[in-house]
Amino acid sequence: MIKLLSILLSVFTLNAGAAPLKVALVLDKGGKDDKSFNAAAFAGATKAQSELGITLKAVETTDDTAVENTMRSFAGKDFDLIIGIGFAQAEALRKAATAFPAKHFAIVDADVNLPNVRSLLFEEHQGSYLVGALSAMASKTGKIGFIGGMDVPLIRRFQMGFVAGVKKVNPKAMLSTNYVGVTSDSWNNPAKSKELALTQYGAGTDVIFAAAGASNSGVFDAAEEKKVFVIGVDSNQNWVKPGRVLTSMLKRVDLAVYAAIQDSIKGKFTAGAERFGLKNHGVDFAVDQYNQALITPEMQKKLEALKAEIIAGKIVVPDYYKLNGKK
Amino acid sequence: MMLIFLSTLRMSTPLLFAAIGGMFCERSGVINIALEGFMLFGAFFAAAFTIATGNPWLGLAGALAGGAAFGLLYGLFVIQWRINQVVAGTAFNFLAMGLIPFALKILYGSTGASPSIPIEQRFQIFPVFGAWGITAFAWFVLRYTPYGLWLSFAGENPEALDAAGISVRGVRYSAVMIGSALAAAGGASLSIFLSSGYARNMSAGRGFMALAALIFGKWRPIPAALACLFFAFMEALQISAQNITELPIPAEFIQCLPYLATMIALAGFVGSSKPPKQLGNAFPR
Repeated sequence: MIKLLSILLSVFTLNAGAAPLKVALVLDKGGKDDKSFNAAAFAGATKAQSELGITLKAVETTDDTAVENTMRSFAGKDFDLIIGIGFAQAEALRKAATAFPAKHFAIVDADVNLPNVRSLLFEEHQGSYLVGALSAMASKTGKIGFIGGMDVPLIRRFQMGFVAGVKKVNPKAMLSTNYVGVTSDSWNNPAKSKELALTQYGAGTDVIFAAAGASNSGVFDAAEEKKVFVIGVDSNQNWVKPGRVLTSMLKRVDLAVYAAIQDSIKGKFTAGAERFGLKNHGVDFAVDQYNQALITPEMQKKLEALKAEIIAGKIVVPDYYKLNGKK
Repeated sequence: MMLIFLSTLRMSTPLLFAAIGGMFCERSGVINIALEGFMLFGAFFAAAFTIATGNPWLGLAGALAGGAAFGLLYGLFVIQWRINQVVAGTAFNFLAMGLIPFALKILYGSTGASPSIPIEQRFQIFPVFGAWGITAFAWFVLRYTPYGLWLSFAGENPEALDAAGISVRGVRYSAVMIGSALAAAGGASLSIFLSSGYARNMSAGRGFMALAALIFGKWRPIPAALACLFFAFMEALQISAQNITELPIPAEFIQCLPYLATMIALAGFVGSSKPPKQLGNAFPR
């Protein structure tokens, strides 16, 4: 009781005494309405806004080169915590954080090793492995596809984990892989990603894992037209096309962002790398009312078993970063 | 093979509309590097009108009207006030990137994308035929109608057109408006045919590819259309090639094939591609 009281009291005093924490959220090119990666980050921040009473300013970058100036201007004003979303902001954030050592920074998907930066890293390969296994179980043709957004190590990591999961269940599965492109436009090109998906589905593929940001909607449209399956990414996208989305590979950017804000408020902000994997629910697969009918209890049991094995370290999912000498 | 063919047809559609639109504009002597922006406007208007009415035909009509309206604005800048056309075109591209998120915010409370449009409310195949119909129509207009002749004179020798008592500016205004309406139709084919709603900057460089196709096709409708088809074919081929995982070529190289092919073609095969003589020059009347 006393503990509860003291927590309540501390929250109260923080809210009443100090001015609310000012948080700047710098989103990636996909924008907060990509229903995926950025949407997750934005959801975490808005949750903090309503529950923790912070002042939130969210901006979307239209130009990679403008990120550093955006961050500097936030840091130069009275913002306390600046959160960069996406690997593309790593260099800009490194420079801004060096210039403003008294401010707190956090970055998703990049490891920036500075005393005032928390790096929020996800074990995407683990979650991808599970949805890979699920797609091999659900596929009737034994042909499975992967569509990535921009061809970068991060998405290769999704792909590698996914392929390993597919092969675990069905070693003879045929895999086809496409990337939307090599520039950051690739996250916003649904017409192209739909074309990629139609090509894969046309060749007999009946499950595609789409990790392409806002381009995912093109793959979803193709799945709807061809009446086959698609797997969403980052946010829970099962609702987008109910019955056609087999599951979503959750990457809980929202939790990571929320935790960073919460820790900052409590004065517990720590720098360094923080990893989110299957163990701490940082990555997972989504089951809800929209896809329950698609996943049999057997499938789910198998997946839970695989998950337990990964957490226990009995299965080591190949990690593109490690295999290619990147942290 | 059939897949590549169908894929080519689909992907050439937005390029065709934009290239033919660009042709109207540039043949009249007005540079249009704002095709990209007009496509974005078109994609936005098409999505907004389709969402409001549930009818893709009204969406397309909205895109045409919206495109023509912004075409008129572009005309005011470059024809009336004689602002440098490259500068004005660039400004219009930025205008599209800034204005649309603003409008989306007002309409749907989100800056990045429109709500998605259900499959029954989207075009299934029409824009593909529409694009080729427009190409044939453009060819006919240029070849057999007085307006086609005026267009050529406005771009090549406006003094002669003026001496014949026809308003050069009138011809140019109409050409710019037709051009931007068509480019907007290309954008509409992105948002209500090839995908299901507006996504941020969804034209993804297609306006510039259309411009390249226009130059590649020497500012003539049929060759420009063939150039669009070629670009789309290279893209379709690239999609299939990417799928062959054992290929000893990095994906990055395959991705750049269409652009490489364009440069080689521009350098080697087409010879000199001559623009209309008065392209970029304002006319006082």
